[in-house]
Amino acid sequence: NSSILIPSPPLSSISNTITHKQTPKMPFKRYVEIGRVALVNYGKDYGKLVVIVDVVDQNRALVDAPDMVRGQMNFKRLTLTDITIDIPRVPKKKTLIEAMEKADVKNKWESSSWGRKLIVQKRRASLNDFDRFKLMLAKIKRSGVIKQELAKLKKENAS
Amino acid sequence: MVTFRFHQYQVVGRALPTDSDEHPKIYRMKLWATNEVRAKSKFWYFLRKLKKVKKSNGQVLAINEIFEKNPTKIKNYGIWLRYQSRTGYHNMYKEYRDTTLNGAVEQMYTEMASRHRVRFPCIQIIKTATIPTKLCKRDNTKQFHNSKIKFPLMVKKVRPPTRKLKTTYKASRPNLFM
Repeated sequence: NSSILIPSPPLSSISNTITHKQTPKMPFKRYVEIGRVALVNYGKDYGKLVVIVDVVDQNRALVDAPDMVRGQMNFKRLTLTDITIDIPRVPKKKTLIEAMEKADVKNKWESSSWGRKLIVQKRRASLNDFDRFKLMLAKIKRSGVIKQELAKLKKENAS
Repeated sequence: MVTFRFHQYQVVGRALPTDSDEHPKIYRMKLWATNEVRAKSKFWYFLRKLKKVKKSNGQVLAINEIFEKNPTKIKNYGIWLRYQSRTGYHNMYKEYRDTTLNGAVEQMYTEMASRHRVRFPCIQIIKTATIPTKLCKRDNTKQFHNSKIKFPLMVKKVRPPTRKLKTTYKASRPNLFM
């Protein structure tokens, strides 16, 4: 019972002739591969960035991060990111950390829009009451400035 | 890490010494059970079938749990088993890719239950072995023997990060494309 692992794109119509050399265009951009960085989206390690270090089978990957013991994780718990690093299959912890430094995973992640959103979410969740008060004042001030500008533009437009 | 249902035990036992036999032969068996008590019971079950000894005239000398030596290394496990179907006994050889032997055995039991409707009591594990990559027989395990393995995930499973945040109704349809 060999399950279908690598998907093939739908068969082309008879008029299209695909040669052996041509790779068909697939709509997937992020692949499970050795060196793919993924975000854990469920369970004990929620929110962590991990690297796929090997594939156990159809549903599980061997996953590693600088601060955790290498272990297996179901793909259902992982969301793939755009970041990949260059590592051999199942590298030592030291090699992994070096490769992560070289690829600058942390900075790439924190400057990506996805990473920034998560940072903002974390910050918002960790505000205390005084911070929320300060936030409210800042929002009021900002909206005040915006409304002033809007009123000016309206007046110009009306006249 | 993951809690296994099945643990591997080494059980050592022998018949009780009698007047005619001062030093009976000691037998050792490696088997899988959910706990130590069941392991001992299973030991007598197998030993009864092989030698003329029962729990009542025997003694367990040692029972130790066997732990995985390299739980972070992916291995190909081959399991030879004998199972009882509705019509008779059959032998089977199955291959699994897993990091630990206990995990592979658990996979085997769940697969036998789902594919052949065979429950735990009707399965006897004859032999297990870690198979080197070249000797694997099943295509399902061989397709992962690729150092440059690469495949996309088909469906993005949208689920809340904890079961507490689960809701019956959602405001909008989820996007399942990865």
